[in-house]
Amino acid sequence: MATVYINDKAVDIGDKKLNLVQAAELAGVTIPHYCYHPALSVVASCRMCLVEVGEKKPDGTVVMQPRVIPACQTPAKDNTVIQTATAKSKSAQAQTLESILLNHPLDCPVCDKAGECKLQDYSYNYGNSESRMVDDKNTPPNKPDLGNNISLFTDRCIMCSRCVRFTREISGTAELHVINRGSHAEIDIFPTEPLNNKLASNVVDLCPVGALASKDFLYTHRVWNLKTQDSVCAGCSTGCSIHLDTNKNVVYRLRPRENPNAQGYFMCDDGRLGYHYVNSSNRISKPNLKLDSGADISSWKDIMLSLRSELKAVASKNASGVAAMLSPFLTVEEGFLLATFIKSISPKAKLVLGPVPVVGEDDHYPKTRGSVPVNVKFTIRNEKCPNKKGIEEVIKHFEGEVVLVSDYLNKNSPDALFIAAGYQGEEVSWFDNNLLSQFKKIKLLITQDLFPSALTDASKYVIPSAAFSEKEGTFVNFAGLAQELHWACVPLKQVRTDGQVYLDLLERKGLLQAANIRDEISKSIPYFSRLAGGKLGSDGIHLVNLA
Amino acid sequence: MAKYEPVLLKRISKDNSDHIDSYISDGGYLGLKKAIKDMSPAQVIDLVKASGLRGRGGAGFPTGLKWTFLPKDHPGPIYLCINADESEPCTFNNRVLMEKDPHQVLEGIILTSYAVGASKTFIYVRYEYGDAYRAMERAVKQAYDKGLLGKNIQGSSFCLEAVMHKGAAAYICGEETGLIESLEGKRAWPRIKPPFPAIEGAFRKPTIVNNIETVACVKQIIDLGADWFKSIGVPPDPANPRDAGSYGPKLYCISGHVNRPGLVELPMGISVRELISEHGGGVWKNRKAKGVIPGGNSMGFMTEAELDTKLDFNGPGKVGCLGLGTGAVTVFDDHTSIVDVLYNICRFFAHESCGQCTPCREGTAWMFKIIDRIRKGHGRIEDLNILEEVGNQIGTMPGTTICGLADGAGWPVKNAIRKYRSEFESYIKNGDKKVRTLNLQMSHH
Repeated sequence: MATVYINDKAVDIGDKKLNLVQAAELAGVTIPHYCYHPALSVVASCRMCLVEVGEKKPDGTVVMQPRVIPACQTPAKDNTVIQTATAKSKSAQAQTLESILLNHPLDCPVCDKAGECKLQDYSYNYGNSESRMVDDKNTPPNKPDLGNNISLFTDRCIMCSRCVRFTREISGTAELHVINRGSHAEIDIFPTEPLNNKLASNVVDLCPVGALASKDFLYTHRVWNLKTQDSVCAGCSTGCSIHLDTNKNVVYRLRPRENPNAQGYFMCDDGRLGYHYVNSSNRISKPNLKLDSGADISSWKDIMLSLRSELKAVASKNASGVAAMLSPFLTVEEGFLLATFIKSISPKAKLVLGPVPVVGEDDHYPKTRGSVPVNVKFTIRNEKCPNKKGIEEVIKHFEGEVVLVSDYLNKNSPDALFIAAGYQGEEVSWFDNNLLSQFKKIKLLITQDLFPSALTDASKYVIPSAAFSEKEGTFVNFAGLAQELHWACVPLKQVRTDGQVYLDLLERKGLLQAANIRDEISKSIPYFSRLAGGKLGSDGIHLVNLA
Repeated sequence: MAKYEPVLLKRISKDNSDHIDSYISDGGYLGLKKAIKDMSPAQVIDLVKASGLRGRGGAGFPTGLKWTFLPKDHPGPIYLCINADESEPCTFNNRVLMEKDPHQVLEGIILTSYAVGASKTFIYVRYEYGDAYRAMERAVKQAYDKGLLGKNIQGSSFCLEAVMHKGAAAYICGEETGLIESLEGKRAWPRIKPPFPAIEGAFRKPTIVNNIETVACVKQIIDLGADWFKSIGVPPDPANPRDAGSYGPKLYCISGHVNRPGLVELPMGISVRELISEHGGGVWKNRKAKGVIPGGNSMGFMTEAELDTKLDFNGPGKVGCLGLGTGAVTVFDDHTSIVDVLYNICRFFAHESCGQCTPCREGTAWMFKIIDRIRKGHGRIEDLNILEEVGNQIGTMPGTTICGLADGAGWPVKNAIRKYRSEFESYIKNGDKKVRTLNLQMSHH
């Protein structure tokens, strides 16, 4: 039990080990800071978090220290007193801001960071409105090729050194360093060693000002026009919590969202920059039914009616002649609804798991030289799908066991196969030629996917899938953490979300409400029992107890 | 007062004074052998404590007390770093000691290591001190050959390894944690404290950092005793409860506009006026001093009227200087423009600020830009207020930086503006004419 007094307000911080920035946060008081970041070591060099600190003595008197103290460096102890709003604290913070702005170009109108810039925010809240410097500012040259994805606007840098510490402590690749001294100090790379590690773009989020910019996002959008939605990265089974920044149904940017249950503070560049397929013009934009006559039908109403009756017809001839492939990109709700639909056609219908994309080995960070074992701070998983765990549990519930689609087709030849693919990504096909030829043997192929392929060409029914940014639902990551997707974009005009299609096929009325389906799943599948009520919160829920 | 006989500088003008044979024939290393044989490390620490020795690097922290900050019963290793990165402008006492009497220094280093229990000592010499580096390197080798370094020194269980290290020429490496970072192969950005080096220093081990002159004093204290040391110098000032007294001899460097610049050893507490007139041969060209920098650039200025100030740890503070500093007295005569003096000083600190803490990084550069503009004839009276304000804002004393470089960068600025304000104002007001005259004068120097 420890009590800290922040601006005369007592806060019990328990036995948590906090610094004064964190302790003040508990009291709802923001102490401005640049160099401090909870995931990085403390250097206390920006001097933005200077506050007056003292101690409350047992007799109730308060003894303040004569000098201002950096809050990030000072541990919160019982009876610590912090004053953030006194003339002394305010003047120290204003002085630091004046110093930082001396050589800052103030090119906010053309700066990507404008609108979410800590320099703007703090200047407004803690700074002076005018600069007293009449001399020329330093104008170091920009470094547009700091990395393949990163550009450095050297003159905007405030030397907080977060990026340098990130590459040393989190990625372990140490590409960045400080060159020169004093006000000529700059962030730089070693010649021929650009900032190209797979976590590199995190330095853009870490940069509190507009110095480090993502080339992917640079000059594409003003941030105040973006709408931000909480979501989950679909790139691998780590399941990084993300912010999805969109405007008018176009995804512009993915940013990591702090989640101690999932990945922590960061995300990898593969995930961050791998969203472009969502905005692709090649996506399947409407449903299609190829009639034997060669004519095409693309009315949802007709297609739904025809699909249901054709499947029923197949099942009436051969009860185990119907199968469905559930891809590990489906949400838990989609998997559950499709499984329920297929089983309603025929209880003997088979549910199988789609191919699970695996690339190489799990990629652990920080990297080290030599073989010294390290404290792993970030892992990019080799399983390149977001919800294998969740879909497996759905299939297990209905089938008792999980069979891969290729294994199933090696031994069985169903008459009809509903392929719920929804594989995200445009570049790489999710099936190989073997699997394609097995698919092609099936008489009635129903394919639901994002992009046209040899498989959709061969399918009688082609149904468009929604991207992860266009739907709501649940992904379960490798460790059994259930996290919630929220829709951030509306799908194209003639595209229905996968879950909505299954709801329609089940002839259930209304629009898909993921929370209601989650609650329903929690009652029928024990593994998902913790989803009861349907609310996951922003940090998600662990479905199993952690070891 | 009887003439003071130098102790620390006794041997420097001898032939081959840097060779171990010469040193031993003068009675060198006897104190070390005696200490290892007859004294426990705790007794050495107590002796140094009793002598009242305070660090000669600039801050004047009591040396014996610093040693006791090491964790008790630490399994080791404990390191001793010798700070020979003597980079305060106009300071050269360490250089002379290392070049001319390296074994005196080395004996002090070995004694200090014995006292603090260090098994390894790093001698960090600044890049520019080639001769001093080579002299120390030779001395270390000779000491190894004579069994004064290495394993089981003089048959005792005390082992000490000495490592020479050359800096890469940066003022900030003289700051003890900057030195440690540099020693570890990193950028010399001073560390945040706590932990202090005595708890976690070089390579995350307990570390003591001492100055060359300090360890030379340690050697003399072992030889001549704490009472001898305490018989020299100035007792604590009763008016200043924080003053621990300034005992022992001090090496004063005299430079600038004097007839006889050089290094002299004198008891602590000599007045600046006496130092200049008696030991520096007076101000040159029969001029008067306009001012004096009492102990390296960062200490600020004394005006002519303040020259009776005593050069001990307590004296310079009484006239608004930062402290004694390194005891390097720089004189500038009354023909010198204070604008030029401050310009040089500001340029130095703007160049040497490591760039870690915002207030120092930006403040030193801003002060330089302002004084540069004033010097070129584009000054404004309000610039003086800005200079004074920035000078007051930066440093560990207001709490805005990690290390003391900024205190030292701000001090001369605020001292200069306060003590010579009228000259700055007339320089600014009289504009170009004055600037031209001064430029003309400068070209005649």
